[in-house]
This record gives sequence, C-alpha cells and structure tokens, in this order.
Amino acid sequence: MKMQTLLGLLVAAALAVTMAGQPAAAQDEKPIRIGIVTFLSGGAAGPFGIPARNAAEITVEALNAGTIPTPYHKKGIGSRPIETVIIDEAGGTTKQVTEYRNLVQRHQVDLVIGYISSGDCLAIAPLADELKKLTVFFDCGTPRIFEDAKYTYLFRTGPTATMDSVGAALYVLHRNPKVATVAGINQNYAWGQDSWTDFRASMTVLKPEIKVGTEQFPKLYAGAYSSEISALQVANADVIHSSFWGGDMEAFVLQGAARGLFANRAVVLTTGETGMFRLGRQMPDGTILGGRGPHGVFAPDNALNKWFRPLYEQRYQTPPTYPSYKMVVAFLGVKAAYEKAMAGAAGHPTDEQVIAAFSGLEYDSPSGKVSMVLGEGHQAIQETAYGVFKYDAEKGATITEIVRYPAECVNPPNGVKSEEWIKGGFKGAKC
Amino acid sequence: MAFDRTSLLLLGALIATLVAGPFLPAWFTFLATVALSKALVVLGVMLLMRAGLVSFGQGLYYGIGAYGAGLAANMLGIRDAFLLLALGVAASAVVAAIVSVLLARYRDIFFAMLSLAFSMIFYGLLVRSAALGSTDGFNLPPANFAGWSPVGATGRSAVFMLTAVLAFLAAIGAHRYLKSTLGMIGEAIRTNEIRVEYLGASVRRAIQIKVVLAAALAGAGGVLTALAASHIDPGLAYWTTSGEFVFVALLSGTAHVAAPLIGCMLFELIRTFAVQYAPYTWQMVVGASMLAVIMFLPGGLWSLVRMRLRRTA
Amino acid sequence: MQQLIAILVDGTVYFSWLFIVSLGLTLIYGVMNILNIAHGSLFALGAYMAAWVIGAWFAGGLPPAASFLAFAVAGVAVGAVLGLVIERGVLTRMYGSDPIVIILATYAVFLILEDVITLVWGLDPYLAYQPYALLGRVQLAGISFSIYDLGLVVTALVLAAASWYALNRTRQGKLLLVVIHDREVSAAMGINVRLKFTMTFMIGAALGALGGALSAPGISVVPGVGVDIIVLAFAVTVVGGLGSIPGALVGALIVGLCRAAAVHLMPEAELFVIYSVMALVLAVRPQGLFGRAIARKI
Repeated sequence: MKMQTLLGLLVAAALAVTMAGQPAAAQDEKPIRIGIVTFLSGGAAGPFGIPARNAAEITVEALNAGTIPTPYHKKGIGSRPIETVIIDEAGGTTKQVTEYRNLVQRHQVDLVIGYISSGDCLAIAPLADELKKLTVFFDCGTPRIFEDAKYTYLFRTGPTATMDSVGAALYVLHRNPKVATVAGINQNYAWGQDSWTDFRASMTVLKPEIKVGTEQFPKLYAGAYSSEISALQVANADVIHSSFWGGDMEAFVLQGAARGLFANRAVVLTTGETGMFRLGRQMPDGTILGGRGPHGVFAPDNALNKWFRPLYEQRYQTPPTYPSYKMVVAFLGVKAAYEKAMAGAAGHPTDEQVIAAFSGLEYDSPSGKVSMVLGEGHQAIQETAYGVFKYDAEKGATITEIVRYPAECVNPPNGVKSEEWIKGGFKGAKC
Repeated sequence: MAFDRTSLLLLGALIATLVAGPFLPAWFTFLATVALSKALVVLGVMLLMRAGLVSFGQGLYYGIGAYGAGLAANMLGIRDAFLLLALGVAASAVVAAIVSVLLARYRDIFFAMLSLAFSMIFYGLLVRSAALGSTDGFNLPPANFAGWSPVGATGRSAVFMLTAVLAFLAAIGAHRYLKSTLGMIGEAIRTNEIRVEYLGASVRRAIQIKVVLAAALAGAGGVLTALAASHIDPGLAYWTTSGEFVFVALLSGTAHVAAPLIGCMLFELIRTFAVQYAPYTWQMVVGASMLAVIMFLPGGLWSLVRMRLRRTA
Repeated sequence: MQQLIAILVDGTVYFSWLFIVSLGLTLIYGVMNILNIAHGSLFALGAYMAAWVIGAWFAGGLPPAASFLAFAVAGVAVGAVLGLVIERGVLTRMYGSDPIVIILATYAVFLILEDVITLVWGLDPYLAYQPYALLGRVQLAGISFSIYDLGLVVTALVLAAASWYALNRTRQGKLLLVVIHDREVSAAMGINVRLKFTMTFMIGAALGALGGALSAPGISVVPGVGVDIIVLAFAVTVVGGLGSIPGALVGALIVGLCRAAAVHLMPEAELFVIYSVMALVLAVRPQGLFGRAIARKI
C-alpha cells in the first residue's frame, strides 16, 4: 500500500474514532431557527417592538452562551444553538399572513415567536395548525384567541388583556373606595374599546352605583387631545381610565398635566409602566400605573430578574419595560418545554412532544411564575400588579403602594369567556 | 366569439400558471394568490383611470366584498366559494350603484376625495362595530368549491387556482370591454366629455357603469383576499389600502390589461424581499423603486414590454 | 353652557391647528395643481426638527422665551430646504406628465422620507414638552385651557393675515395669484412660472413643516406622526376649495367646530366627522366652498 493512502486511512480512522467518542457539543448540534415577529417601524416600534427585539437579542445571546441562571443554564435550546430571523410586524394582517408563511415555508424556521397586535394574532392563529408550526404569541391581548377556538400548535405565554382591566378596577376601588364617577379615554380601535368595556364592566360589577361620565375614543395616533381633555374636565369624574400607549399616552400625560387634569382625581394608565422612565418628572405623582402584568418595576426580585434587568439596562441604557419581559417569558417557556420534552425522549424531541410538554406547563421567569392553565393548557396566566407613580428626587421615577393580584383573581377560570366572567361577577375568582 | 391576440395570450398565460402551480413553492403561490386578488381591484382602478377618474376609495368595495363573504360564512354558514364570491360581488355592485349616483357628478380630485370619504365612513362603521370585532376583525372558515372541501395545502392550491382563473378571465373581460363601445367612451370622456355629450352619449351613465364594474372587480378581489388570508379586518377599507391600488395601477401602466397582473406580482415580490433584507427601511426601498419607475418609465412598467415589442416588430 | 364654551374654544383651537397644517397644501395645489402627499412627511420633519431643537435648547440652558422662535424657525428652515430638494430633484422633471403621476411621485417621496426620518431620529418617541408646559394654563368657564393651544389660534390668524397680505398686496404674491388663475396665460405674459413653482413649493413645504414644529411641544413625536395629517389636510383643503386660502380658513373652522361638538356631545361619532363634513359639503357645492367653478373647455 502506498504511504499516502496508508496515512490517509490512518487519519480518517483517527477522525472517525474521535468523532464517535465526542459527547454532543453545542457547536455540533443542528441550530434551531426561530422566527421573531415584532414591530420594527411605525408608532408601535418605539414603545413595544424595539424593547421586545432588544430582549430577544440579549436572551438569545445569553442562551447560546449558557449564562442564564438555573434552570435555564443549559446552552441554547436543548443544546441546539439559536439562530433568528426577524420580521417587521407592520403592514397589516394580509401582509403578516404572507410573511408568516414565508417564515415557515421559505426560511424554514423551527418555530415562531412574536406578535403584538391582536389583529395579527387572530389572523395568524389558524395558520399555526395549518402549517403545523409551533408558534408562540408573546404579547397580544385579545382573549378571543383561545376563547373562540382551540389550537394545537399555538401557545400564548402572555396573559390576556382581561387581567389588565380587572386589576385596574380592583386597584382603583382599593385606593379610592369612595369613587362615584368614572370616565375613559381610550384609542378608537379594538384594544382601546375592549379595555374600556372590560374596565367599565368590572367597575359596575364591583360597585353597581358607579356612574359613567364621558367615554372618549380618539383615533389611534391622534396625538392632540385638547378637545378630549376639555370634555374630561367637563365630566369631572373621580377616576379616568386610559389604555393609551406609546406616543399617545405620553402626549395625553403632557397635555393633561399641563392643564391640571391629573389634579384632584385618579388617572389609571394600564400600560403606564412603559412610559414612566421617559416621562420622568412630567408624569404627575399619584398616577396609577400598570404594566400588563408583573413586569418591569413590578417584577419580583428573583434570580432571573437579577440576571435580566441589569444586563438589559447596561446594554440599552434604559430599564426594560413589559414588552421586553414578555419576550423573555416566551423564550424561556419554549426552552422549558423543549428541555422537559427532551428529558423524556431519546435525542431531540419532535414538535408533538414539545407541545405535550408545553401544555399545562408551569415555569419561572424574570416576572415570576407563568402557568399555562387556560385554553387547554395553551394560554398562560400570571399575577398582575398596579401601583402609584412617584418621582423621587434621588431615585427618579418609582412606583409605590404596589398591590399584587394573584393570577386566579384576575384571570377567568378555564373554559369561561372573559366577557361572561366579568358580567357574571367574577365567579370562581380566588383573591 | 372572436378571440384576439391578447385574449389568447392571457388564456395561454392562465393555463401556464395553473400547470406550473403545483411545482412552485407554497410561499410563492400564496404570494401570487394575494397579488392576483389585488390585481382584480387594480383592473377596476385601471378601468376608471382610462376614463380619467382616479378612485381613492376602492377599499370600500374591497372591504364590502370581504365582509360580505365573511358574514355570510360565519353567520349564514355559507361555505361555497363561488356563492361567497357572488354575494361579495353583488353587495359591492349594489353599494356602487347607489354611491355612483352621487359620485358620477364629480371629476378629478373631487371624485378621488369623495370616494375616499365614502370608504373611510365605511371604515369608521366597521371600527365602531364590536360585533364585527372592530379593528381585530374575524376569521373565515375554510371554503368549499361546489361540494369539494379541500383542506390544508390542497385548500390553498384551490384558492390559488380560483384566484388565477378569475384574475385572468377578468383581464380578458376588461380587454374586451375596453375595446367595445362602452369602454372606448371612457377614453373619449377623458379627452373631452362635453363633446361626448354633444355626440349623444350619456357621460353620467357611462361613468356610473364604470364605477359599478370597478366595484364588482374590487368586491371579487376582496372575497379572494379574504379566502386567501382567512382573515378579515377593517384595514381592507382604509385609505392607505385604496391608495396602494392606485399606486400599483400607475406603476404597472394602464396601457394593457396584463399590466396590473404583472405589476401587482412585482410589487408584492419587491415588498416581501424588502421586508426581509431591509427590515428597518423597507418603506424606503419600496419608495425608491417606485420613484425609479416613475422617473425612468413614465408609462409604467408596461412601457418596458411595449418598447421591446416595438423593437422586434 | 360650560359645554358650549368648551366646544367653541376647542373647536377654535383645533381649527387653528388644521389651518396651519393645511395652508401649505392648499397653496401648492392652487399654484401647481399638485396634491402633495409628501406634505405628511414635511409635517413629521418639522415636528422632529422642532423636538430635537427644543431638547437641545433646554438642555443647553438657553433662554426659554427664545425657544419658541428657535423651534419655529427650525421647522420652517428644514421645510424650505426639503421643499427645494424635492422640487428641484424630483418634481421639476415631471411637470409635463399626467397630474396623477406627479401625485404618485410625491407618494414615493413620502415613503422615502418616512424611513429617512427614522434613520436620522430613530424609532423612539421624542418629547419636547417644555414650551407647552412653560406657558401654563388659564381658566375659562371652569375648564383649564392650555395657553399654548390658545396661542396657536393667534398664530393661525396671524398666518392667515400674513398670507392674505402676501398674496394680495405684494408684487410676488399678485404674480402668484395670476399663475393660480391661468398658468398658460401667465407664461405667455412672461412670468417665470417654473421659478414661481419652486418658490411656492418651498413655501408650502415650509408651512407644512411649521405645522409640525408648532404641534411638537404638545405631542409625543413618533414615527408615522405625519401619516394621518395627509388625509386631514386634504379633506380640509377640498372642503374649503382647492387653492383658496379663505377657503382653507373656513373649511378648517367648520371641521374644527364639528369635531369639537362631536367630542363633547357624541364621542363615538368623532371618527366620521371629517369625512361626513367633506361628503356633505361636496354634495352641496361640488367645487368646495370657495372653489372657483372651472370653465369647461370645449
């Protein structure tokens, strides 16, 4: 045998032996490709889409490096390194349906995490089962997803918007038990309309003698609210409810505060947490703020939050707000489900096994416990919290008088529709 | 029936599309379904443009078609795609017949703004309606095709084929219409409508018919988009949607009925690749492409084909 | 009674804002027959520029009183510059084309500017509240109104007076009126119509940007802030009659009062108000309130 051939054979044999003997290292694993869909342009990008994308970025980095505290310390997802494809959620539902299909069929992602807009969520939901692709909604609020239909491949790790309104009502009555009239100013689209409807219904159930003053519904992105603020002053309600977000919320706070709307009454901003650091001193003390769950300043002081918050703040020069937390919650849920399925399987689990593990899962996150309890185990519930804004001379924007409401107190029980649950007096709520 | 060269070409293209369909990647045929359903609307815009009218409110009929089909499917349990199409088209046509009585009195920018106003009033009604899901809209169950109930990928192919057939047939129909007397009157109206009146034709009636035709096409497009996306929401009636139809019509060129079909397809392709490769600046990419076409191809993209044909002729 | 006063004041505030925003658009349409869709981006540009200037101004500790002039001038400047760029760069090549093609060009410019704005200023909302908060509030019939908003009313009236004077009493203005009336004859008479176009577009763009600059202190400046302005400005312009400044004034007043009334009395109708007013006015007077009936050419 020629010398070269012998050497070649020896090298090949050596390689074969080493390869066979190697434990499956993360860099040899087939990467897991995750499609991420969130707002990268338009008015929703600044307050929601970009914080969510930032959180996705640092979470993927940390996951691939294995630097997240237990039980998420394993590298990647089941040792598979994560690669991402990010798509802008702007452009309308028909466009999003097209892009979702592109993600699944052209980019061949293994799963999709995303969607802030309820309209997009509703449109995408049936596609997950049609294309048999594991999909995780992380933020959209409409309860209709799992209340109107059943899905196999779809999960939502963010609680519905119902708990925002119910929590707001509970907190308002806790802090202002003598409230006689409420008024509302919400954006004129499904989110604003549903938030107000739920809040008003909750208040009416909890205190039937409540009167409703004016119900304002300016256009989304209107930005200028001089007439609406006048109308609110005329109505002179004790409590003003608003589910405004982003630029609209900031504009409303600035204009309202400048005209003294916030004095002598309680204003509830259900997504106020996202603006508290930006508005800082401009947010009047005493404004009631929510964060759509135990996120941001409402997050518990657990190991995961101790990892996440400083890391985000250091990288992006601003504390993480609730969209960031909800994105991490989604990623950790996927990881927890995948690795739970892996424990019971040989090698990497199939989608069906991951789904089985994800259903009914309970896991930990920087915002506390997440329980996939509703929607046949596909819809998460979490506790919620509300508090009062106070600008501290040293610490800056802070939240005080935080009250937490357990998940079963502000979310309907399994199988009951949110609207009926509220109207029926919150039967089955455990507070 | 006399089939001229264009009709035969379009027929041929349709057959080629249907044959190629199963071999094309699924994401592409879906894109094509959406593009072709929009092409139907753009055909209607083109019909009106040939008469010198620009409608910034085709979203009204697009939305009526989609919501008509959606409501019929969800509330009346109608699943047959052909029946839904008929309902959507009929609803759009009826509304157009009523609206056109007022609309036909206006020209130029006033026609455009009034049509926009109507579509936005409809949009407002949809947003106010909690029963219809407001801006979230609602989903459409899978459709049947005269008794056949395909699901999954086959269902998507069926919708694709239906859309392709309708788009090409509509193009052939539009071509024949534009060559007919009624169609030619449009050109005359655009040039000098007083002379048309003096010559004995009713300008108002001609415009009304065109508005109704464009509405029917838009309604059909709406139903097909709804069938493709399986979701309906008020965004279909918003003014930016109507604007998109006008802009694609201009970009494609109004010289030939095939132009909207090609133009819509190109526009969807540009947009989806822009979103992928420039996720933060895709609007700019689309705008720059449009500007390039406008400045260098004032006749729209179709003028490229025309120049080619002229050279070989 | 309180509500009536509120409606009147709110309507007037909204009207002034609408007028300032629509003035540029109606001017451009009147002279050049172009419906400038990029008007929305010019508004946004003015808003971002003003927000940025205000932020820098107050961070630098400069005298607050002068900030008003500073951000207004900044808005006007950026509008004029962009107006020049757009007119010379894009529109000038297209004057012979179909008007609808020119509109398409302005739409393309709008798309491009939207992303350019995002590239320059990013996606985060900008807050520039200082001038708004600085002026404080005043009580009228038991309701607090912002003095800044009331100041907008004064600004609108000053602008209206200034534009009337400029158009009717200055030579350049009168020449513009001539061009509005009949472009062909003006050119035949030796007026440099092309130069007038450039001037008009620059002024119209500057006014649009000024509208954005003046709006900035009360709002949070976000991407997309200019989009709905387009339809609003168009609607007011059409209601008033295209190319007519008194028309824009009256159109804005009607829309402003109707919207204020809706907000106070029937908030759910707010979304429809502007379109219903437009449809009603057009149904009764097809060329808009002050629009010239255009002679049909045989």
